[in-house]
Amino acid sequence: MILRVKDVSVARGGVAVLEGLSFEIGPGQALVLKGPNGVGKTTLLRTVAGLQPPFKGEVDAPEEAVAYAAHSDGLKSMLTVEENLRFWAEVFAQSDIEKAIQAFDLAELRNRLAGSLSAGQKRRLGLARLLVTGRPIWVLDEPTVSLDTASVQLFANAVRAHLATGGSALLATHIDLGLDVTVLDVGPFRAKQGDAPVSGYDEAFL
Amino acid sequence: MGSIWEYANPVKFSQTVSRFLTPVAVLAAITTVVGLVWGFFFTPDDYRQGSTVKIIYLHVPSALMAINIWFMMLVTSLIWLVRRHHVSALAAKAAAPVGVVMTLIALWTGAVWGQPMWGTWWAWDPRLTSFLILFLFYLGYIALWEAIDDPDTAADLTAVLCIVGSVFAVLSRYAVNFWNQGLHQGASIMRAGAVTGADTEEKVSNVFFYPLMMCIIGFVLFFIALVLLRTRTEIHKRRTRALLARERMA
Amino acid sequence: MKALLVRDLKLAFRAGGGFGLGIAFFLIVVILVPFSVGPESGLLTKIAPGVLWLGALLACLLSLDRILALDWEDGTLDLVATSPLPLEGVVSVKALAHWLTTGVPLVVAAPVFGVLLNLPPQGFLWLVVSLAVGTPALSVIGTFGAALTVGIKRGGLLLSLLILPLYVPTLIFGAELARRGAEGQDITTPLLMLAGITFGVIALLPFASALVLRMNLR
Repeated sequence: MILRVKDVSVARGGVAVLEGLSFEIGPGQALVLKGPNGVGKTTLLRTVAGLQPPFKGEVDAPEEAVAYAAHSDGLKSMLTVEENLRFWAEVFAQSDIEKAIQAFDLAELRNRLAGSLSAGQKRRLGLARLLVTGRPIWVLDEPTVSLDTASVQLFANAVRAHLATGGSALLATHIDLGLDVTVLDVGPFRAKQGDAPVSGYDEAFL
Repeated sequence: MGSIWEYANPVKFSQTVSRFLTPVAVLAAITTVVGLVWGFFFTPDDYRQGSTVKIIYLHVPSALMAINIWFMMLVTSLIWLVRRHHVSALAAKAAAPVGVVMTLIALWTGAVWGQPMWGTWWAWDPRLTSFLILFLFYLGYIALWEAIDDPDTAADLTAVLCIVGSVFAVLSRYAVNFWNQGLHQGASIMRAGAVTGADTEEKVSNVFFYPLMMCIIGFVLFFIALVLLRTRTEIHKRRTRALLARERMA
Repeated sequence: MKALLVRDLKLAFRAGGGFGLGIAFFLIVVILVPFSVGPESGLLTKIAPGVLWLGALLACLLSLDRILALDWEDGTLDLVATSPLPLEGVVSVKALAHWLTTGVPLVVAAPVFGVLLNLPPQGFLWLVVSLAVGTPALSVIGTFGAALTVGIKRGGLLLSLLILPLYVPTLIFGAELARRGAEGQDITTPLLMLAGITFGVIALLPFASALVLRMNLR
């Protein structure tokens, strides 16, 4: 279960934003992406998750191994916490949601409608969703947004447990989770514009 | 001489277009004007329809173009989806508004012709109805292009719409034929077919036929000139966009 | 797949899910028609099959942008696209859920509304049959339109424009089937054509819908 990214360039809105990125994440490892806003972290994560093709290079991830979580959690406000989790568990052909409920301290909220939760509670539910996918490689885009310190700790523990059982994680975050992780600053991989040939799908027109 | 796909390169295409555009446009103008003048002033009136028959020189070419432009868009859409040549997608985009205008001319001249002949501006004749539906397809296609910001996504989605739409357009044609026959039995005054080129060819002698062919060729050339010009414009727009994007990123 | 269907049905029935919107619209159309064309029963009888079909089609059209838009906004589609479910299956289930929550109620309500429009007794069977056979096609075609326009803000109007010509064959054969049924004519041809369209779009269109959805997610 090794995630390999080889010499990948990604484009957003027709313009290359990052280029020449390579890294490898094996079982038990986590990689944190850092870099200023707009540098292309989200685009890179979506590419790794298989939602969009890389502009150049290759993303080599095992079939059906990636669980992706971003700003939108895919939660329905008119379903309860438990119903939301059970739905995602079934989509990923899993049955156990108790572990996820425990890990993110959702037991008291399980019968509340997701719409009635606070932003931080919703975020916890969204992260709990990762556990019910049963997938080994987590690809997380700003997972700690709107979490308080205690919840960040819950999340860090969940990541630690995930890594301990042979999982791996690729995160874009600015918070120090207190984990033993590799940090990759993507700033230097910012695509160079100006010197020919530019990349992105508009290059045919230059 | 390389393969035809060489011209799929936008820059090469633009250069080639610049060389051919003027001759094609001039030829289109000459053919259309000669055809129309010949048809309007140097052919006799029809013994039954009088001088109204002469609207045929606008009606038939525009109707033919309305259908064939959609067909051309279907082909270029397929090329785009399979081979990812930008020029192909942009040619489809450039052709659509021309197609709308041709459809409108066909509908409008049909109404003007129909008024004295059938005594009504509009009838739900299968052929007229099919053109109305074609008009809607064109409108939807153009609206979808306009609604999407990302040019490649727009090209992809409109291409699929064009293909799916083509299937439904054929289906609609049969449905409309069936529907009209089912609802208005004995609506024989329309004599479906009276407005087609094929039928005219049989009904109308060579005096009408040659200027008509001339007009059709003129419309085809006119369309080619317009599409070349408009595709070149689209390429320039994309080029500007790409340059601006590069500027912003640098 | 089953989980997705169950969830969609649950959401439709809970508050704010939009269930009943279509049927309410259908009722409005049917009630307003006699006010606009006059109460003469012969005329109503004549136009009843067409009006009922038109009302059902518009009610269907009204709810199309709900099929995918909500799942798009909250990120569900992104997550489903990375799940083991094939998108072709997802759009089929979405269409099925739409049909169960919009099409089936229309089929059930149509005979009641038929009474309001003075539909002759022999017309009820074929009205119900035509809607039962035809409305699945409306849902499947509508899902294609929803997938095309899912990335567009306020795409509702565009969706209607795109779907309008695609609905024409279904409307023609569906309304013709209901009309012939009401007038006691031979119904074989429109019935076969309508069934052909429905089976055809169910078999083929989900591939196009999944394709455009993938393009939109990119």
